[in-house]
Amino acid sequence: MTVTIDSQGNALTYATIEPEAGLKAALRLPRADIIDTVRDSGLKGRGGAGFPTGMKWNFCAAEKADHKYIICNADEGEPGTFKDRVILTRFPHLVLEGMTIGGRAIGAELGIIYLRAEYSYLRSHLNEVIRERRERGLLGKDVLGIEGFDFDVIVAMGAGAYVCGEETALIESLEGFRGEPRNRPPFPVVAGLLGYPTVVNNVETLASVAAIFAKGVDWFRGFGTDKSTGYKLFSVSGDCERPGVYEFPWGITVAELLREVGGEGAKAVQVGGASGGCVPARDLARRLAVEDIPTGGSVIVIGPQRDMLDVAENFLEFFVEESCGQCTPCRLGNAQMLKAVRLLKQGTCPPEFLADVKALGQTMMAASKCGLGQTSPSAFLSILEGFADEVLGRAPQA
Amino acid sequence: MATAQTDRLRAEVEALVSRLGPGRTSLVPVLQELKRRYHEVDGEAMQVVADVLDIHPVEVYSVASFYAFLHGAPEGRYVVRLCRTLSCEFAGKDAVAAALRDELGIDFGETTADKLFTLEWASCIGMCDQGPAMLVNEQVYTRVTPETVREVVAACRAEAATAEG
Repeated sequence: MTVTIDSQGNALTYATIEPEAGLKAALRLPRADIIDTVRDSGLKGRGGAGFPTGMKWNFCAAEKADHKYIICNADEGEPGTFKDRVILTRFPHLVLEGMTIGGRAIGAELGIIYLRAEYSYLRSHLNEVIRERRERGLLGKDVLGIEGFDFDVIVAMGAGAYVCGEETALIESLEGFRGEPRNRPPFPVVAGLLGYPTVVNNVETLASVAAIFAKGVDWFRGFGTDKSTGYKLFSVSGDCERPGVYEFPWGITVAELLREVGGEGAKAVQVGGASGGCVPARDLARRLAVEDIPTGGSVIVIGPQRDMLDVAENFLEFFVEESCGQCTPCRLGNAQMLKAVRLLKQGTCPPEFLADVKALGQTMMAASKCGLGQTSPSAFLSILEGFADEVLGRAPQA
Repeated sequence: MATAQTDRLRAEVEALVSRLGPGRTSLVPVLQELKRRYHEVDGEAMQVVADVLDIHPVEVYSVASFYAFLHGAPEGRYVVRLCRTLSCEFAGKDAVAAALRDELGIDFGETTADKLFTLEWASCIGMCDQGPAMLVNEQVYTRVTPETVREVVAACRAEAATAEG
């Protein structure tokens, strides 16, 4: 019954980074060089979408505006993801360093940590870290004695909505509206919070920025693949012996990961959470990397005893609940997919309906307004493809 | 007609807004604070918030009803949220759900008659490596079993009785 915020004692690079080394190294550089360093590192967004961080910062830095903002997306809601909770608990200073470096690079005066309501218990911890940094001159007026570089950070609370992990929905929420994603363009880097240029970065992305400046671009590029540089934290749960947060270089195969976590007997691995895809046992040689299986790091191990339709049903119930309802493909499509899964479970799904639902999945991926509806069919469609023998043609239940 | 209660509520909301800043960006934090204090945000409270922020009350309702932690309906003093996402399901959330129903005598989405407990499902709460997991207000519980459900519920009841007594 004890609260175990930490997960497994796995060695994480973040524990070896000298405090404030990254911040000090970055703030010695001209703004353009800060952005160049991030770009040269090849760092891509760790939330799952994998957008190049340096490019995002560069777009925002190029905008001329009275105000700019940098937002730390701590709305970690993807099922099976908990690495940001561990980072915020154990390495909050690295995240604040990353935000401060970003603020300097793009010319923002305020950073906002958007913390999901489910992590309310971390709020006072983060506020304490922020207060301490103000006292040490690491936030506030003339940060680190640099004249004219004023930068502060506040914590804003989410209110329980998965879709607010999507950056434009997050901004809507901060502005006091329903968390409904916006049409893009304009992108937040041009017109974000209150219409001002805004960078939204994942917690892990910002911590990685601090690590890159502390240890250097060459060090960072020494891990991973050409297209996916560096290392990544993976949140591992489900049917394995050693669940927890793990750090691996990009490019590790699913099979190698399973060996590390004690999940060798898996019949499938759900990578990327509810919005990700289901990797069947025969594809375990595939690699976790932007160029093969991109992911925000959620890995749910599915043991041989599980029913793949239960897996699909669980995820679709989640999407039916969490769809913001704004656009039709997502609002209605997820409900139809859930209906199909339940009919398959009962053995009474007409083949025509299943064919329609598969086509509908393609429509959702093409026509939904944001990433939620664009990715929600993936799990079910990949289960239909990878586990056809198991899920199709069940005998009708009496 | 403004009652003394409405006036008091208005003063409270005005104090919150002057602390948080004027304008729409204060809407969610104001609703969160009212929810924390009163365990509900009723129609009258929404009207007051709307007046103070100078927006239409329908806008307040629209926002409050969108968020899982903000909806206006009355809640118990302890809101129990059991994670229903896949990893917690694998870890045995159904047995925990049954124990919660038994112990509280209500189903998910309901509040006990004594207004002490509300039982809800939660989407993933980020404790997937330590499931089944649940939140009781802001407190997180991991590796929950039917036995710990009984302990947690008893502890809440004891705490409430102490506060009353």
